[in-house]
Amino acid sequence: MESPDHEHEQAGHDHGDHTHPHDEVGRQDKPGYYDVLETAVRELLIEKKYFGADEIRRQIEVLDSRNPALGARVVARAWVDAGFRARLLANGRAACEEFGISFYDDTQLIVMENTQAVHNLIVCTLCSCYPRPVLGLPPDWYKAKPYRARAVIEPRKVLAEFGTIIPDDVEVRVHDSTAMVRYMVLPRRPDGTEAYSEEELAALVTRDTMIGVVPARIENGSTVQ
Amino acid sequence: MVGHGIVTAFGEKPIFRPGDRVRVLERQPIGHYRVPTYLRGKRGAVEQVIEPAAVDNEEEGFGRNAGSKLHYYRIAIPLTEIWPDYTGAARDGLYIEVFETWLEKA
Repeated sequence: MESPDHEHEQAGHDHGDHTHPHDEVGRQDKPGYYDVLETAVRELLIEKKYFGADEIRRQIEVLDSRNPALGARVVARAWVDAGFRARLLANGRAACEEFGISFYDDTQLIVMENTQAVHNLIVCTLCSCYPRPVLGLPPDWYKAKPYRARAVIEPRKVLAEFGTIIPDDVEVRVHDSTAMVRYMVLPRRPDGTEAYSEEELAALVTRDTMIGVVPARIENGSTVQ
Repeated sequence: MVGHGIVTAFGEKPIFRPGDRVRVLERQPIGHYRVPTYLRGKRGAVEQVIEPAAVDNEEEGFGRNAGSKLHYYRIAIPLTEIWPDYTGAARDGLYIEVFETWLEKA
């Protein structure tokens, strides 16, 4: 059997400006149980004509086109436009669609507003339900069992581990999005941003603020719950 | 006059309203169930009726859409109801949407 390096050379791979040896790009270990399962189910579904290979490829492109910057623009608009904010809280999906963010399935979106009195936190104890049309793929910790279990058992301790201390007189609401609807947090607009443009505001809105594990804040400035 | 004499289909109208006290049923069926075990038997209040009515995604998971649609209800359950030794603030709560077949009046 030829060594990977030898095959590498024969394939005419252009190393450009680097000459050091390196491992084959891509996975070399054998596919695991779930890799094999996924391939088998995918091939069966294609063979039975439920959908085609191009539809799978396209859907991956659809998902990859979504990221937290979209949600940040939605939040910033809600901060500067009271009418949009009201529509967003009344029907998250319709307001996002109005903003040009399409939803590619039947999922509804409920947006939960953080206030001086209420702090919202999103989790999916079942697996990884997440407002993907608006935020893209969830972070790994969101899908990991410790977060999923502990967010509903001891949310204040979990938040503290993210550096977020919630005062006792602020109510914590944990939203377990396991069934039909997806949830997103509308964080509080930081104090001292009165003169910010919508674009500058959007830059303060990170992924984690929209999951509810941290507040939006001005860099090096004061923070709000 | 709209509504006068109108008969609605089974399941067309929600059976719970915001504020209603409800209890999550304590069933243990085999299959793909989206009502988390930690909430079974717990009491809470309806916050919101999710519109429109939807197919039961637990049935849908087996390729059975089961025809008629019912409502999901977003319910609020105090964390102290779920975890008797919960040490956070008393008003902290868990919010989740539950399909009609899993709720009864409390």
